[in-house]
Order: sequence, then C-alpha cells, then structure tokens
Amino acid sequence: MAKITVNGEAQEVQLPLSLTELIKQNNVEQPEMVSVQVNEEFADRTEWDGIQIKDGDSVDFLYFMGGGA
Amino acid sequence: MSAIDKYLKNNMIDLTEEQIHRYSRHILLKDVGVEGQEKIMNARVLVVGAGGLGAPVSLYLAAAGIGRIGIVDADVVDLSNLQRQVIHFTKDVGVAKVKSAKEKIQAINPDVKVDTYYEFLDSSNALDIIKEYDFIVDGTDNFPVKFLINDACVMAGKPFSHGGILRFNGQTFTHLPGTACYRCMFQGPPPAGVVPTCSQAGVLGAIAGMLGTIQAAETLKYFTGVGELLTNRLLTFDAKTMQFLTVNVKHRDSCEICGTNPSIDHLIDYEQPACELKKH
Ligand SMILES: [Zn+2]
Repeated sequence: MAKITVNGEAQEVQLPLSLTELIKQNNVEQPEMVSVQVNEEFADRTEWDGIQIKDGDSVDFLYFMGGGA
Repeated sequence: MSAIDKYLKNNMIDLTEEQIHRYSRHILLKDVGVEGQEKIMNARVLVVGAGGLGAPVSLYLAAAGIGRIGIVDADVVDLSNLQRQVIHFTKDVGVAKVKSAKEKIQAINPDVKVDTYYEFLDSSNALDIIKEYDFIVDGTDNFPVKFLINDACVMAGKPFSHGGILRFNGQTFTHLPGTACYRCMFQGPPPAGVVPTCSQAGVLGAIAGMLGTIQAAETLKYFTGVGELLTNRLLTFDAKTMQFLTVNVKHRDSCEICGTNPSIDHLIDYEQPACELKKH
C-alpha cells in the first residue's frame, strides 16, 4: 500500500499503479476533460500510461470548465 | 455631510465631494484609501462576455468606479439568460447584451465610461481590442475564446482573470505576465464533442455570481495592489459541498504560448461552436 494525495485528500493505493489507472480508479468520467499534475508538475496526457505512481505522490486533477454565460 | 465624509474630505485632493461620499467605504479601507480609489478610477478593464460571469463582474466594477469598462458580446438577451445574468432585466429580452449592460452600468455609476463591442472576439480583432485596456476579464462560455483570450493576453503582455463554471462548480485564476497561463495548466482545448458548456449542461445561477465576484475582487486587487493575487494557483469550488480548493500550478517551460520555445506565434480560432455541441 502506498499513501498518496489526490486533490488534497489522502488515498491509499496498491502499487504498481500507472497514472492512467489512478485516473480510472478515481472515476474520472471523461479523462479528456481533465488535466493532471503530479507533484505540481504538469503531466502530458500522452505520457499518462508510462507514469508510475510512487508513495507520497501528490496528484491533482484539474477539470476543464468552459462555461461562463 | 456625515462625520466620516467630513473627515475624508479634509484628507483628500482630487475627488469631488460626491465621489468621496460614493466611494467612502473603499476609501476607509486602509489598504485602499484615496490613492487606491484613484487607481481604480484610472483603470481600464475589458470584460469579454456580458453573461453569467460578465454580469456580476461589470456590476461590481461599475459600482467600484472603474474608469473605463469595455464589454464584448455578440448576443442578444434571451429569456433563459435571466436566471443568472443579473445585469439584464425582463424588459431587455431581444436587446443586445452590450447595450443592456451599458445601460445598467451607467445607471449604477454615471462616472464610468463604457465601450461596447457588439461582435465576437476572434483572432482578427482580439489584439486590437485588448490593447486599449489594462486588465481583461474572461467571462466567456467556450474554450476557443478562453484560449484566444489567454493567447492574446500573453502576446500583448496583459494581465487577465480566467473564469469557468459548470453545473455546481467554478474555477478561476489570475494571470500576470510571467505567471502560469491557461495553457500551462490545460495545454489546449479539449476535443470538440466531449465538451459540455453552460447552456447544455446547466448551471446553478448563483454559481455565476460566486465566481464573477471573485473575478471582480481580483481585478480590484490588481489595481490597488492589495494582498496576493490568484497567480500560480487555480481556485476551484464545488457549491454542493461548499468546498474550495486551491491547487498550486506553475509556469510551464514547455508551454505552447508562454514557454521558452513557444510553438504558437499567432492567434488561433478553434472550431467549436459554443452551445450546439453534443446533445445528451
Ligand atoms: Zn503558459
């Protein structure tokens, strides 16, 4: 078990775990509508599959919000 | 004249008696004072979109005494706008939003000069319009224009406030030259077709007020120099739980527009009709 933080909240996850799998586990409905940073560094979506989550990582999902009118 | 007004008048140079009275609650703030109020009165702000966000932004900036407010919007008021676009009234249905907004702004504060742009912001006019203003507020409802505003402001070296709302959620950040931009965080628009906008997805009317007033406060903070702006931070909230979350974000060296080797050297008009996508 590894302890990580997702959007400021503590989570326990089983390693190995890729960023893509973490996104799935967190029920992100539309991965196209989210931008992700790991430890405050932007994670390019083309690299999500290859990014392995480590103990202590802090992951942020930033959701696209296009409304305003 | 009240004691407060008298006190203020004795400590003041340029403002008229009426202005001292009107802005007394700003002037009384130590961090603002007469100097801060004068900065507000010399400020020029462009509000893009006279809708859910643009309405509260324009109302509060007008009340605050911003010297010049430009409003860009190509739409006319629709009955379904009135649930949240509080600058427009029932009698305004069918009227150009910029005209309706100008009327309310001047009713609140005749000192404010209002420029109206009854057109869409696009790659052909964005830089020309933006250059007349000191601070830009994004109150638009679609990604193509949000990225256009970002790119134009980065190119022109202008600060801006980004705003987005969806259902019960809102997000905002403030950009100053050199700090994280919209592309630093989101790279580019999501693929067309997966994107819900306000009009398709719905939005709780008051959410627009919550987010718009944050944007107005950031604008006033920018001009008065008070406190810390929402730079390099993305603020999001979920009104269902009333949880506010601030995520630190960074200027990204590989950013397509503000990075070391920007790949974008001109403004882009992305194809993505705002409100007619994907019907669920
Ligand atoms: Zn950037």
